Order: sequence, then C-alpha cells, then structure tokens
Amino acid sequence: MIHIKRLQEDGADVIALVGEIDASSSIELDLAIAKSVGEGFSKILVDCSALEYISSAGLGVFMSYIEEFKDRNIKMVLFGMSDKVANTFSILGLNELLHIGKDKVQAKQIVNEL
Amino acid sequence: MRSKAITRLLFTVGVITWLALVFTDISILFSSLSNIKPEVPVWLPGVILNLFILSLFYYYKLKIERDEVLNFVDLLWRVFATGLISTVISLALRLVEHLLGSPKIDSHSAFNVVFNDLVYLINLGLMIGFLMMAFSAWKRLILYQKSKWLLRLWAFFEVGLLVTLVYNSFRVPQVEWLFGALLGIFVVVGLVLSGNMKWVAFLNFKQKWTSLLLLLLTIFYLLYIFFTNSTLSQGIGEVSTFYTDYHQHVFIMSLIVFVTVYSIFSFLVILFNLPTTSVFEQKLEEVVNFQRISQSIQTEQSEESVYNILLETSVSSVFADAAWLEINSNAHEHKLFTYKITDKESYDIIHHLNSHNIKGVFDQGSEKTKNLSKHLATLKGSRFRSILAFPIYVKGDNIGTLALLKELPEGFNKEMTKIVSTFSNQAGISIENFRLMEEALQNERYKEELKIAKMVQKSLLPTLLEQDPDFDVAAFSESADEVGGDYYDTLRINDHLVSIIIADVSGKGTTAAFHMSQMKGIFHSLAQRDIAPDEFMVQANQALVYCLERGSFISATYFIINTQTKKIRYARAGHCPVLYYHADRQLTEYFKDKGVALGMVRNKSYASFIQANEFAYKPGDIMVLYTDGVTEAKDGKGEEFGYERLLAMVCEIKDLAPAQIQDYMIHKLYEFSGTENIDDDYTTMIVKFK
Repeated sequence: MIHIKRLQEDGADVIALVGEIDASSSIELDLAIAKSVGEGFSKILVDCSALEYISSAGLGVFMSYIEEFKDRNIKMVLFGMSDKVANTFSILGLNELLHIGKDKVQAKQIVNEL
Repeated sequence: MRSKAITRLLFTVGVITWLALVFTDISILFSSLSNIKPEVPVWLPGVILNLFILSLFYYYKLKIERDEVLNFVDLLWRVFATGLISTVISLALRLVEHLLGSPKIDSHSAFNVVFNDLVYLINLGLMIGFLMMAFSAWKRLILYQKSKWLLRLWAFFEVGLLVTLVYNSFRVPQVEWLFGALLGIFVVVGLVLSGNMKWVAFLNFKQKWTSLLLLLLTIFYLLYIFFTNSTLSQGIGEVSTFYTDYHQHVFIMSLIVFVTVYSIFSFLVILFNLPTTSVFEQKLEEVVNFQRISQSIQTEQSEESVYNILLETSVSSVFADAAWLEINSNAHEHKLFTYKITDKESYDIIHHLNSHNIKGVFDQGSEKTKNLSKHLATLKGSRFRSILAFPIYVKGDNIGTLALLKELPEGFNKEMTKIVSTFSNQAGISIENFRLMEEALQNERYKEELKIAKMVQKSLLPTLLEQDPDFDVAAFSESADEVGGDYYDTLRINDHLVSIIIADVSGKGTTAAFHMSQMKGIFHSLAQRDIAPDEFMVQANQALVYCLERGSFISATYFIINTQTKKIRYARAGHCPVLYYHADRQLTEYFKDKGVALGMVRNKSYASFIQANEFAYKPGDIMVLYTDGVTEAKDGKGEEFGYERLLAMVCEIKDLAPAQIQDYMIHKLYEFSGTENIDDDYTTMIVKFK
C-alpha cells in the first residue's frame, strides 16, 4: 500500500511517498510521476522519508524515466531514504543513475545545480 | 388398445340399441294404430332408449374425456362437427320426405305414421348423440380448472342424471310434480355449473374468433334439431301416445337445457372477452419476455444477445414504433442497437435532448413521458411524439440507455413504464452476471497460463551443475504461486574454466519466465566465447535492450572460475552482493563492488557502470549466491530476514558441505518466515572450494 502526496515548493514538484511500493502500487507511483511531467514540471523531488519498502517493480518505475528525463531536461532528485531503501537502490546500481540527496535541502541544492 | 376396443363395443351397442328401439317403438305404435295388443311390452322402448343413452354416454366419456391432446378449439370443433352431421342427415331426410311427396301426418295411414316415427327416431338418435357429445365436451371445459367443490357438484349432476334414467325406465307412475321438481333441480345445477368459463381466458385472439363461429353454428344446429324433434314428436303425438316421447324424459330435457345454456353462455362470454383479449395476451407475453431476459444469461453467448432481447421484448411489450439501445460500457466501447429507426435519427434525438440539457431524460421517473414529448416536439422533422428512456445499471454504473419511441403523443402509460423499468433492471442483472462469469473464466485461464509459465521456468533451470575437483556446488530454487524470474546456471568453458551465473528478472508471471529464457539463451551463447565478465554484462545488456520492455530489468552476477590460477573473475550487474567466507581468516563478508542492473541503461555508456572484479580462492572458502527473496523473506511481524542474519548463519555452518549448507539455510528460512507458503522466490547457490 502506498499513499502519494504532491505539493509544490519553489517551482519544484515534491512527491511524497508514504508506505510500501510493490508490484501493484508501483502503478500509482508511475501515474504520479507521469502526472507531474504532464503538468510541465521540470524539477521533481521525490520524498522517500516515509518509504518503508520498494520492490523491483517500483525501482523499475524510476529506472524507466531516466532516459526520458535526460532527453527532456527534467531533473529528478530523490531524498530522505532510510538505509534499507537506500541499500535496495544501491544494490541495483540505481544510485549511480539517479540523483539522490540526503534531505530536502540537499535535494533542492542538487536540483538547482543540475 | 383396450379402451379402443371398448369404445368400438360401446358404439356397436349404441347402434344395436337404437335399432332395437326403432323396432320396438314402431311395432308398438303400429299395434296401437291397428288396435292390436302389441307383442312387445310397452315399457321396453323406454328401457332400450336408456340403454342407448348409457352406451353413448360411456362412448363419449371414453372418446372425449380420455383424449389428452384435444385443446379447446378442437373440442368445440368436434361438437360442431357432430352437430353438422346430425343436421345434414336430418335435412337429407326432409329432402327424401319431400321427394316422396311429403306424406301428411294427418292422413292417418298406418304407413305414414310409421314412416314419420322412423324419421322421428332417427332425429331423436341424432339429437341424443349430439347432446352426449356436447355434454362430454362441456364437462371438460367446465372442469378445466377444478376445485373440490366444483368436482362434487359435477359428480352430483352426472350421477343424478344417470339415476333419472332408472326413474324413466321403470315408468314409476308419472307424477307431474316429481318430473317438474327433478327437471328444476338439474336445470338449476346446470345453470350453476355453466358459470365456469375459466377456459375462455386461455384462448388467444384468433382462437376466440374461431370459437365464436363454432359456437354460433353449434347453437344453430341445436335449435334446428330441437325444433325438428319437437315438431315430429308433436305430429306423432296427435295420432298416438304409444311412442317414445322425450318430453317426459328428465335426462334428455335436462341435457337440452344444460347444453344450450352453456353454449349460449360460452358464446356471450367469449364475445364480451374479445375486446380485452389483447390485454391478456400482452400480459402473458410480458411474463414470457421477462423469463426470456432472466434466462438469457444461461443460454446466450454474448452481452450483445442480452441487449437484443431487451430491445425486442421492450418494444413488443409497450408497442413502441421504434427504439434504440445505446451502450457505453467503457470509454472505448460505444454501441447502438436500433429497432425501426436509423442510427442518424437516433443520434439526432440524443443530441437534441443533450443540447437542451434535459437532465431527467434518463431517469426512471414515471412522469417523464409527458415532459419528453414536449422536448421532442421542438425537434423539427422527427416523426416521434413520445419517448420513454431508461438507464441500464451494472454494478451501479450506468452502462447505457434504452429509449422507446412512439409516433403518438403521450403514447406511454404508467404500466408500460413499470414493465420496461423491470426489463431494463433485469437486463442489467443479466449483464452483471454475464460479466462475473466472464471474469471467473478469465481468472481460470490466467491461472492455467501461470501453471504453464511455472513449468517453463522450472525446465529452464539446470538439472545438473558443472562439477570440478576444485569445488563443490549446490543450488536450490523455489518459487511462489506466482511465477518468479530467478535463474542460475553453470557452463564449462574449457578444462580449467567454469562459468557460473545467478540472475533475477524483475516482475513476475509469464513475462518473467519469458525474460528468463532470454537470459538463459544469452548466457549459453556468450559464456561459450570465454569473454571477460564485464564484457559479458555489456554484451548481455546490449542484447536485452531490444527485448526488455520499459521498466523491466534483470539483475545478475557472472563468474568465471579459473582452477589453474585459483582465481575468480566476476562482474555484478545490480544483483545481491556476493557473500564470501574466507577459510584462512575465518571471516565472512559481502563483496562491496558496483554495477548497474541489465536493461537500466540502454545505450553504450553502460560499460562505465560495470566493474570487473577478481579475487583468489583458497580451500575451504565458501561463496554464497542468492536472490533478494532470501534477504527479503519476512517473519510473522513483517521483519525481513536481512543481510545480517544471512551472514551470521553462514558463519555457523562453514564446515558443512554445500548441499548441507543449503538444506540448513532453507530450513532456517522457512523457520524464520513461519510458514510453508512462501510469497517470493528463494534461490541459493553455494560453491565450496577444495
């Protein structure tokens, strides 16, 4: 079960993920990101501080946007991950492909520098 | 067969008794005219007449009452036919009489009187036959819907009449008041019984017309026969009293009254029922239609046929001039079923109503007809003046609209609204059931597919692993109900090189099994060529880019064990880190290296995300390979097995052989999760060096 909240801060779209992302709830994540892109945001911050678990399907959602974002110059930064979730990202090597910040402040910094 | 023989016998008895009646009656009459004492007793003709009546009574009882296939019109037809034959014979006799010079009855010649008596007896026989036929037929009609009370009354009537035969036979001193009283009783009972006309309601319009005609002719024949018999009997009565006069016969007189009264009643009842027949027929049709819709779910092949039945039945139930059924099951599906109206005409009306923003159009309110007609009137060029519209709901969603049209203004009444409302509700339920069934079937099919996928997946895993004097290897894989995508394999490159792979395909089900088979193909073709592990990953990624869909990836670790140099080269592409036990230092650790999963980077730059690693192995070292199902296995409280536990466990069992280590691991894993029903895939591969 995942609960997704969206709010806008300093021209960036902040998507907060609360709960667990498995195969079925990964669709909601995909929809939320797609919606944000559809609304024309070029800065997307993903708040993972309340994300308890992410399955490979959920990771696949982030992965699937990497190239598209590069082409369209959309910047996405994830932040606030627990060690466990961060480990999941790093095992797959996604930490090398995605921008991951420690907290929101750092994330905003990264997104502005990109 | 037996009853057939009995009917024949009864018929023969009837003929014989009639002949006997003719003979005895004429002989008595002749004797009386000639003033001779008759050779036969005077009471004999009466007895014979009653025997004749009895035989005919049972003859028709067997013939009519036992015949199951006769319907109402058939019965009326039989009565009519009997009447027709009787009348034709009677008329033929008149013709013969006329041709013979119509002998005057008052000419008192013995021959004339005898001839007249013969004609009279023939007519009497015909009349009795006709009456008995009608009596049996009316009995069936009256008792069509019987009650206990009605059966008792009828039994009294029938038995009572038969008893009067005895009274008549024995010529009990003819008491005028007794005859009158008996006749009176039977006439009254006959009248009460004539009130049972329920069968009329079961006739349809056409049958009613046929029945009216048949009954009218039957009444005409009855009156003719009565008249003929009455005049003939009167004629003979003027000359002599020594003949069989039916006027004193309670049975015959009662029958005459009963049969005539019932015929006239039936005629009148049918006549007055005629205007309302269409309503009854309509009601009956509604019931049948309703059943059709209810049953359509069991018999029909598709939703489409349910829609067609709904359209058809609604139109026929309310006599609509035209109708359409608009179905919008989902955004992509739009269908229009029409009846006597073109698609264009329907859309014109729909758009017209929509453009006037008539909110209540598709409500089930009963007062909508009038309002809608008003709106229709503003649509130029439309021939319709009334419209009735109903929504069709499936699981609370409005999936479509049924619209019925009439050219008459205010053509729909409340009754019709109710009926069509019931129909559309029932259709909604039918469609809902239909969809549920379809869903269940789909699920069944999906399960079947999964079963096949699981079989395929199992068959993709090797049954035998590469063996080498330098190391022992054991592997285990178990997948959950859903098909997973765990894969492991070994391949000998040459006498001192062995490659090992472990991989995990993202996602589950048939696609995972499909990607797994691709991975196997890639492994078997690339490993043969003895390329470096990092190069293996780059090429595998290149190959997979074209077949992995958006969001799918494969994590893998690929090893090449060189038994000559005692070194292992490997590359990890996003797979779980290798757990390694160093026997010399008694140390267990996870290898910390980098690598992105296959399919995540879909261009040439992937090479920069893959690291080439190398280490030397020593005897007693243990390499534990696994998939995330192992570390992510959860206990009852939702806590994960985790990397720490896995590491600690390997320390405990470092001295065992690979197969034993594996058994222990699996045992521990099941113990941890506390259930036999795993919800993920567990795969382990253990290599122990010698």
